[in-house]
Amino acid sequence: MAIKSAPRVRVPAQAKAGEIIEIKTLISHEMESGQRKDAAGKTVPRDIINTFEASFNGKPFFKAEWFPSISANPFQSFFYKAKESGEFTFSWKDDAGAEQKAVAKLTVA
Amino acid sequence: MTLHVDATLLPSRRRALQLAGFAAFAAVLAPRMSLATEAQVAEEMKKLFGSKALGEGKVKLDVPEIAENGLVVPINIDVDSPMTDADFVKSVHVFADGNPLPQVVTYHFTPESGKASASTRMRLAQTQNVIAVAEMSSGALFSARSQVKVTIGGCGG
Repeated sequence: MAIKSAPRVRVPAQAKAGEIIEIKTLISHEMESGQRKDAAGKTVPRDIINTFEASFNGKPFFKAEWFPSISANPFQSFFYKAKESGEFTFSWKDDAGAEQKAVAKLTVA
Repeated sequence: MTLHVDATLLPSRRRALQLAGFAAFAAVLAPRMSLATEAQVAEEMKKLFGSKALGEGKVKLDVPEIAENGLVVPINIDVDSPMTDADFVKSVHVFADGNPLPQVVTYHFTPESGKASASTRMRLAQTQNVIAVAEMSSGALFSARSQVKVTIGGCGG
């Protein structure tokens, strides 16, 4: 299954310099584990999002490698230490080679 | 699988065929999936970390004691570290020793993360141990484990 719907990302719009902010992400995906059998007894081939990556102003700062044990519609939260204003880029890549991206702006006062 | 055949049933060919049929049916049902074992997790860890010793502490693994639905089990990891350029958490590996594949997730952190902490949701096929291993920038390893009792397994069964 290709990635269908747009991912959801929650990032605070503003932060103070040095503040550690929490980022929450959610994407819609079946995360087919490759362990399941269909009605005919055939194994349903694996198709999961295997890599999630977060960057700020082009510089990657967090990466998650997901395995088939991750639940469908994977949720991921993590942190970032705010330094300057800029833009986050989030990327999800699945086994089929499809990539989905999301961006979010951060203003540091 | 062993079948105990009552001697009184032996003369009947039909009965024998019935039993054989039942055995074949059971064999199809029984090995739905092969589950990982603790030994497999140990082997996986050896591949990743060599024979380095695992320290205790620093890693806080937050999983429920009892998960009613094995399809969606929340997991939170928090590693105690200053997260400076000189001393930070490089990665965290999570394993589940009773799932078909023991690896769950691998996180890669940087000093920009500010905090080596992350949450997600995982599938657990049965009651089992969840193990988190954190690798520091110095190369030191720390681990934590916790058992989760699963009421309904989450393995697409």
